[in-house]
Amino acid sequence: MVISAIAQGLLWAVLGIGIFTTYRILNFPDLTVEGSFPLGAAVAVTAIVNGLPPVLAMVLAVLAGMSAGLVTGLLYTKGKVPVILAGILVMTALHSVMLYVMQRPNLSLLNHPRIFNGLAFLPNYFDAVVVGLVVVSLVIGLLLFFFYTSLGQAYIATGDNEAMARSFGIQTDRMKIIGLVFSNGIIALAGSLIAQNNGYADVNGGTGVIVIGLASLIIGEVAFKDVTLGERLISIVIGSILYQLLLLGVIRLGFDTTYIRLFSASILAVCLMIPQIRQVLKLDTLIRKEG
Amino acid sequence: MTTLLTLEQVTKMIQNESDKNTTILDHIDLTIRKGEFVTVLGGNGAGKSTLFNSISGTIELTSGKLYIKDKEVTRLPEEKRARHIARVFQDPKMGTAPRMTVAENLLLAMKRGEKRYLLPRKLKAQRDSFQNLCASVGNGLEKHLDTPTGHLSGGQRQSLSLLMAALTNPELLLLDEHTAALDPKTAKRLMELTQEVIEDNHLTCLMITHRMEDALKYGNRLIVLENGRIKLDLNAREKAQMTLEDLFVLFEEEKAQLI
Repeated sequence: MVISAIAQGLLWAVLGIGIFTTYRILNFPDLTVEGSFPLGAAVAVTAIVNGLPPVLAMVLAVLAGMSAGLVTGLLYTKGKVPVILAGILVMTALHSVMLYVMQRPNLSLLNHPRIFNGLAFLPNYFDAVVVGLVVVSLVIGLLLFFFYTSLGQAYIATGDNEAMARSFGIQTDRMKIIGLVFSNGIIALAGSLIAQNNGYADVNGGTGVIVIGLASLIIGEVAFKDVTLGERLISIVIGSILYQLLLLGVIRLGFDTTYIRLFSASILAVCLMIPQIRQVLKLDTLIRKEG
Repeated sequence: MTTLLTLEQVTKMIQNESDKNTTILDHIDLTIRKGEFVTVLGGNGAGKSTLFNSISGTIELTSGKLYIKDKEVTRLPEEKRARHIARVFQDPKMGTAPRMTVAENLLLAMKRGEKRYLLPRKLKAQRDSFQNLCASVGNGLEKHLDTPTGHLSGGQRQSLSLLMAALTNPELLLLDEHTAALDPKTAKRLMELTQEVIEDNHLTCLMITHRMEDALKYGNRLIVLENGRIKLDLNAREKAQMTLEDLFVLFEEEKAQLI
């Protein structure tokens, strides 16, 4: 079971990393997530059911997610629609897009190949661990490469200080669009992975995923402070695994899984309040005195 | 001297709550020549910051035209004008990216107005020159090349902002009360650095200031704004004859008129 939780953590970590590229770097919450995640699942599953190899299906899923991000980005930058609203609009519209893609509310992968199949010789759950590790490493590697290019630095500066970025000739609107496109591509990739792991895609598969993604992000941040960009990305993966282990622990304790979302939300709420709780209880100063 | 910046009947109006138009810039005509260092004085609400925002393209004009050299830039967005115009803001927080290091900020500034490609940023190749540049300021900035600028003192951040603004020898440098948020000693040192940077790089500069003594001491032209108009425009010779007392009298008159 622990291996299963680690596998889940690795696969969901991709979502956390996708959210990080907008939520933390550009400093705005993008609600497109709850549409692009199940969209990635729907596109990948439909493609596989129609005979495409899983890798190609995942590429299509990423492209679909990127298009969703592009629409949100254009609404936000060119249409001047507030970013939260732009995300909600796209998320809502994607529901219909998914129904169109799948032609039904959910689609099973029963008796169809999955990305994990090539690793069937491994013991249970280890196939997902390997796939998760490979995908997470690839995504982190590509993102780090991007962040340390001239374009990537301009992207980070846009989120850090938009007025300053513009005063140095950085086209901040373009940076925001790039961010939303990349982020939603990564998120759709996460959706395609989770769908293959679950064995199906569902139009309602996006509900609450933003909480799961943010939870891995915030747990990673609470656990590791003052780290480099690369370490930060890895901390999201660790946060995601910790989160899945927490869920596993709670289920083991006999918590009714019907109400699991209440628990997910509570974990995130507590993690978000930790800095405030620390301050109120003056835990930091206590620890320092003892040290 | 060649003309660098021309403002033709530049006007900015805004609507307030009662739908009345307030004129912030009132048909301003102004020509800045290459090599001029203009100090800009004016009371609160005189339109100094709006003037800068209009020049840099942060706000759109209600009417009027703006030229850089012979090219009209009235409709050119801020990020395109940035190729010609650099700016240092009053608030030390506004001039740098707080989570990026000093060296990363300088690298961003080095690419002012250039296209930013998906190619490695090549920070290492610039480190030595950044190190020397920061050391020239003399406030310990060179020891913080890898420190996020959010952790620097206000004075260090403002001198970094100034270095960044001047790094690519912009055609026009706008200083928007860039010493106002600093303590007197740090402000004085930054003003000396400013003078040095402008002289060494032969920059053309417009500087808003609240300190009348700075407005007299620095620069070779003085402009006084009042109610969105240029009330006084002194050339180097006239400016040299101006005393602090004259300026005080001028501003007292203004106050008296308001009452």
